[in-house]
Amino acid sequence: MEPTQLTIDAARSAVQERRTTALALAEAHYARIEKEDVEIGAYLTLCKERALEQADRIDRMAAEGKPLPPLGGVPVGIKDVMSTCGVRTTAGSKILGHYIPPYDCTAVARMEAAGAVLLGKLNCDEFAMGSSNENSAFRPVHNPRDLTRVPGGSSGGSAAAVAADMAVVALGSDTGGSIRQPASFCGVVGLMPTYGRVSRYGLIAFASSLDHIGPLAKAVKDAAIVLRTIAGRDPMDSTSADLPVPDYVADLEKPVRGLRLGVAKEYFGEGLDGEVRQAVESAIDKLKNLGCEVVPVSLPHTPYAIPTYYLVATAEASANLARYDGVRYSYRALGVKTLSEMYRRSRDEGFGAEVKRRIMLGTYALSAGYYDAYYLKAQKVRTLLTRDFEEAFCRVDVIVTPTSPTAAFRLGEKSNDPLAMYLADIYTVTADLAGIPGISIPCGETKEKLPIGLQILGKHFDESTILRIAHAYERSA
Amino acid sequence: MKVTEKDVAYVADLANLELSGDERTAMLRDLNSILDYVERLNELDTSNVEPMAQVSDRYSVEEFKQGSDRFAYVNREDLVEGLRKSLSQELALANAPDADGTFFRVPKVIEK
Repeated sequence: MEPTQLTIDAARSAVQERRTTALALAEAHYARIEKEDVEIGAYLTLCKERALEQADRIDRMAAEGKPLPPLGGVPVGIKDVMSTCGVRTTAGSKILGHYIPPYDCTAVARMEAAGAVLLGKLNCDEFAMGSSNENSAFRPVHNPRDLTRVPGGSSGGSAAAVAADMAVVALGSDTGGSIRQPASFCGVVGLMPTYGRVSRYGLIAFASSLDHIGPLAKAVKDAAIVLRTIAGRDPMDSTSADLPVPDYVADLEKPVRGLRLGVAKEYFGEGLDGEVRQAVESAIDKLKNLGCEVVPVSLPHTPYAIPTYYLVATAEASANLARYDGVRYSYRALGVKTLSEMYRRSRDEGFGAEVKRRIMLGTYALSAGYYDAYYLKAQKVRTLLTRDFEEAFCRVDVIVTPTSPTAAFRLGEKSNDPLAMYLADIYTVTADLAGIPGISIPCGETKEKLPIGLQILGKHFDESTILRIAHAYERSA
Repeated sequence: MKVTEKDVAYVADLANLELSGDERTAMLRDLNSILDYVERLNELDTSNVEPMAQVSDRYSVEEFKQGSDRFAYVNREDLVEGLRKSLSQELALANAPDADGTFFRVPKVIEK
């Protein structure tokens, strides 16, 4: 097998048993990036020096016969919203175009401590705001399965890098669907853990009550290995949960027979593409054949999820993005005379159109006279959306849905209509609002050979069950 | 139309954005279209529903505890050094667009 097509265990054991070296694996991936990424555009920054140093450390361990850690020698990519000490971190924005963080994101540090070789930083929509990766200030990412199409967003670079064998796994972030939707568009596995399962320390904040870090991978087991590595309490993030981390990898082997799958009609209504519906329905049939029981459930507030999300997320974003003022670390406009002019012009020149639109919407929703009508109202509907899940999960173990209503669309197709773009997240935003975990796994293709994603949503902190069902489906497919 | 040109100017001011003439026109159109869409939230009666500011409002790892006791685990000792060392002055200034080695330098604050 090609060195760029290995899973985590295959790569690690090849390095451990000296059939290859971590250095050779890293170099094979860099060679592939050099060849393929001109057209795809997944990487924004490569950190070869850091990667080769880590590879050397792992190779020395292997040479001394020491057992390698779980990600020993595995080449990985990191979405460029996670801080990397000494390596440029842009969040896909001009305003952070030259930012070099002085510390590491906890999830990144845990990946490296587990032996991962960090190849570089992955392209994304600016500040993770977008569903197509066209909002990157640097360049759009192209879907490796069809270069005329978007890879999804906002973790489009992460999904494309994994799909095109330019990383074994990648870290992404999900605020409204930004791990699961691009995973679906590119035909890879994408896991959003429960809110609080993975520390957000060092993640550049978009909407703090909705931001999640999680893996994109070629196989469900790889997603489980990465989650086991990055999950768990971190004193640097007070919202990280103080709960033990189960062995997600061992739990994959538990039987799925008798598990109850909820199917909600609200996720199969108007706007769902016929081919996507067919693929998801036959995936549900397959799970039935594996011994799962299908139970109809209702999530009646689903039609209110997108408006709720766009008020809550933009309100939080408008506060989080106030820090970019051109003083401490962000872009500063030239030729300004006063402090006030400097703030305004730096932000005007540094932020892209979608980011400004969201800052404006969020500021409006929080402003005097509108707070109750918009922000508070949305927070109340968020409670209703969460209750929908709580009630459904009294009767079922997981809920299965399409990840996205369509397969990957064309570049430019929705870029002039913000509302149409927002609707690409219609099946994913509810899980972010409720804080429950969700995974997207490939479940077939359209006639045009575009991947389709199956989404499995679970109870709070029950990643084990969604991973187990995903693994059983993957093995049977 | 919910949002007027005057509102756009007022909100841009609050958000510390300047916005060009073209941007203001586009913003007026987009904000109105999005706010029209979110209007559907008013179909729901939420008079007896508690707002949810974050996930742990609904869910806590120590559900049996009440009030702030539920989040006691986030408390820690007040350490002089903090959980990690503070950044050195050099490192803290390294990303600044303009600094003099001791301070961040900014344009004149007080206008004549």
